[in-house]
Amino acid sequence: MDKQMSAAQVVAELRDGMTIGIGGWGPRRKPMALVREILRSGLKDLTVVSYGGADVGMLCAAGRVKKLVFAFVSLDFIPLEPYFRAARQGGELEVMEIDEGMLLLGLRAAAWGVPFIPTEVGLGTDIVTRNPDIKLVDSPYDDKEWVAMPALKLDAALIHVDRADARGVCQIAGPDHYMDDWYARAASKTYVSCDELVSTDFFRDPDQARQVFWERAATTGVVHIPGGAHPTSCSPQYGFDVPHFKAYAASAKEGGIQAYLDQYLGASEQEYQQRVGGLDAIRSIALPTY
Amino acid sequence: MSNTATGYTLAELCIAAAAEAFRHDGEVLATGIGVIPRLAASLAMKTFNQDLMMTDSEAFLLSEPNPLGARGADFVQANETWMGFSRIFDNVWSGRRHAMLGPTQIDRFGQSNTSALGGTYQQPKVMMLGARGFPGNSISHPNSFFVPGHNPKVFVEGECDFVSSIGYNPARLPKGHKLDDVDIRLIVTDLCVMDFGGADHRMRLVSLHPGISVDQVRENTGFELEIPAAVPVTTAPTVEQLAIIAAMDPHNQRAHQIKDNPPGDRTGAGS
Repeated sequence: MDKQMSAAQVVAELRDGMTIGIGGWGPRRKPMALVREILRSGLKDLTVVSYGGADVGMLCAAGRVKKLVFAFVSLDFIPLEPYFRAARQGGELEVMEIDEGMLLLGLRAAAWGVPFIPTEVGLGTDIVTRNPDIKLVDSPYDDKEWVAMPALKLDAALIHVDRADARGVCQIAGPDHYMDDWYARAASKTYVSCDELVSTDFFRDPDQARQVFWERAATTGVVHIPGGAHPTSCSPQYGFDVPHFKAYAASAKEGGIQAYLDQYLGASEQEYQQRVGGLDAIRSIALPTY
Repeated sequence: MSNTATGYTLAELCIAAAAEAFRHDGEVLATGIGVIPRLAASLAMKTFNQDLMMTDSEAFLLSEPNPLGARGADFVQANETWMGFSRIFDNVWSGRRHAMLGPTQIDRFGQSNTSALGGTYQQPKVMMLGARGFPGNSISHPNSFFVPGHNPKVFVEGECDFVSSIGYNPARLPKGHKLDDVDIRLIVTDLCVMDFGGADHRMRLVSLHPGISVDQVRENTGFELEIPAAVPVTTAPTVEQLAIIAAMDPHNQRAHQIKDNPPGDRTGAGS
């Protein structure tokens, strides 16, 4: 089965009002080219589930997000995401604010087809007072109450990986695949952008196959977009673009998202990459030191 | 033989004081978020609790803590096992972890806020990070706090504007839980060290940094602390500790963590 698609074809399969999960973590390995394609489309009223970074900031600023399911939104070295803050401080967003681990449990519950997973995470905090949709349950085995973290079923997941073949075997070669396997499993449709498109033979080497974290049946579509995580990182291939993020954050103070989009977004990913210095420049961005 | 140092910065005093939080932890994951907490965990692991575990702040568990900042091209970190973010939660929920974090607000119950200030929940005046991992950390394992600027905006008079982490608050205690289940250890600030060892888990002054008075701490805390009759002075770092701190922080990032990087001993500073 050949699952190759274009970014525009992926976005054409998405609908207003859908729940979309976005893989990666903060400024790390986000499917930014697919996010940009959403920004070029008219898609709106989305519920976004994300360990958020500029993916969330851009979609919020562009008015595409109705509801956000999040534990944090941060660019790491710029701790506070300026456009996410503006959206919250403008009172525009519906939110489900949860703990990082609860988000993982919600994805697992969706992946496993159970309505919730019990946890003590959230008890005693405003997570349980501010989320009327998150219920507490009694245990049949002890006298405690537990948080019933509901399944976070995704209509679609967007993920960026290092390598994929046309059948949807996806490799994450960086040190952490974050929760991307759970996003892939929690979603009805999973669309993956990849830095490199490889032949199926590539995975015969067990060291390569070991870095595949879900089965191809969980991949719906594969989009070959070299540099597609920019300005986020795709370790070990490239780091995150610090000057670009600084310019992005500065635009929130002066000019706003429209000025940022006018300057960088372009009509296609090719045009975007020209405007940020080209693929070679993206691929030469140094990895961060933590 | 330990020699108490005479010249040390407040940051270094705080690192040595914060390292004490991990002294009796045994074999747990020590997570220090931020320069001073990370150096505190590193110092503890390099000296009096070598059983601690630490990560590279990315995806590997290390048998030796990494120095902060850019490291030489020939540097090889001491990987022990893979420790990606999904596996961090397996560790967190097992309870074998002690985190030291720096929330924006802390109230008299030890509840903390990393999310939002002022306004309403739908429209906060200042949005910050979000709850992050604080809810899970606080109910799963011991936690300590580091506060670089001790003032009543951090140690708030009422409850935190948003409660990210559970504290010793009877009104929010979940069914079937006891206040004793909550485990908040040390709070190290630029003025003093505190804990929750007061009556009914009240926040208590443990030691004052050199040159700081009880009144200064009182004036800068939005609620009443338990103040013992005699409050000792925070122990100064030793020469050996300072050498380890310097080796773990070769780019001197610690100099930028507390406003104006003051000396550790502020006796006669006239503040």
